[in-house]
Amino acid sequence: MAIELHPLDQFKIEPIIPIHIGGLDASFTNSSLLMVIAVVLASIVVIWGSRKRELVPGRWQSLAEISYEFIAGMIDDNVGHEGRDYFPFVFTLFMFIFFGNLIGLVPFGYTFTAQIIVTFAMAAVVFIGVTIIGIAKHGWHFLSFFVPHGVPWVLLILLVPIELLSYIIRPFTLSIRLFANMMAGHTMLAIFAGFVAPLALLAAAPLKPFAVVPLAVDIALIFLELLVAVLQAYVFTILTCLYLRDAIHLH
Amino acid sequence: MDLASAKMIGAGLACIALVGAGIGIGNVFSALINALARNPAAQVTPFAFLGFALAEATGLFGLAIAFLILFVF
Repeated sequence: MAIELHPLDQFKIEPIIPIHIGGLDASFTNSSLLMVIAVVLASIVVIWGSRKRELVPGRWQSLAEISYEFIAGMIDDNVGHEGRDYFPFVFTLFMFIFFGNLIGLVPFGYTFTAQIIVTFAMAAVVFIGVTIIGIAKHGWHFLSFFVPHGVPWVLLILLVPIELLSYIIRPFTLSIRLFANMMAGHTMLAIFAGFVAPLALLAAAPLKPFAVVPLAVDIALIFLELLVAVLQAYVFTILTCLYLRDAIHLH
Repeated sequence: MDLASAKMIGAGLACIALVGAGIGIGNVFSALINALARNPAAQVTPFAFLGFALAEATGLFGLAIAFLILFVF
């Protein structure tokens, strides 16, 4: 009896409500459903938490205040005072990715951040937005960002293309970082889970108890995946703040 | 050598990049432990997590290339 493992099947997109506009497939898929659920959860945390304004906050108000303070502190530290204009965008980005990553860890949940197109859309919005902000604020002087101060002109011929390349690669690294972390984590979970049943059913009798080992590794991996889920949301957001700082302050 | 075998070999070779990720993450946390051992009141832990995520990302770029080779070409 051959056991077939398909650890990558968990990322398949299934349409729930088929919608076809012209030649395009704009169906409401399981990915879209999970995005709606993530937005609803984030909204519940923030809206329900802002009902009361007690001096000593209760639990929901604490949650809302903690998330607000976390992002506001991040923007203040990294972007400075002018960054307050961009607080709603950064807060939304953080909450979306945070809840998206966490919902993927719930059994039978789907990780929409493990789709490269989702992460690339977010990273492209950040990149284009930051570039437009920089050009709007500084005009042509924005190009001085690629020319470091006090470098002899001989080195500039080599340095400016490298700086340009590392700027253009930002949306790709930002999106691939989140996508690869989520996809690798969930694929590893699925692969180790796929070892448990074959070991328990097909192994020789003295080896059957070793089916617990992949299960124990999976349990440890879930803790790692929880850490990675929170951390990747934090890293995406803080890199957005750093790119904003580059655009606003140009050094 | 047919394409399917070449894909398998290519994907396996691309995963050698994860060696760098392991070394980098070890470096980051070794520096964190050193810093906290010298000065337990230092607040460098957020930077340690940021460094960990960026180092791991570089290794996972290699893994992304492996998946690209396996499933796109």
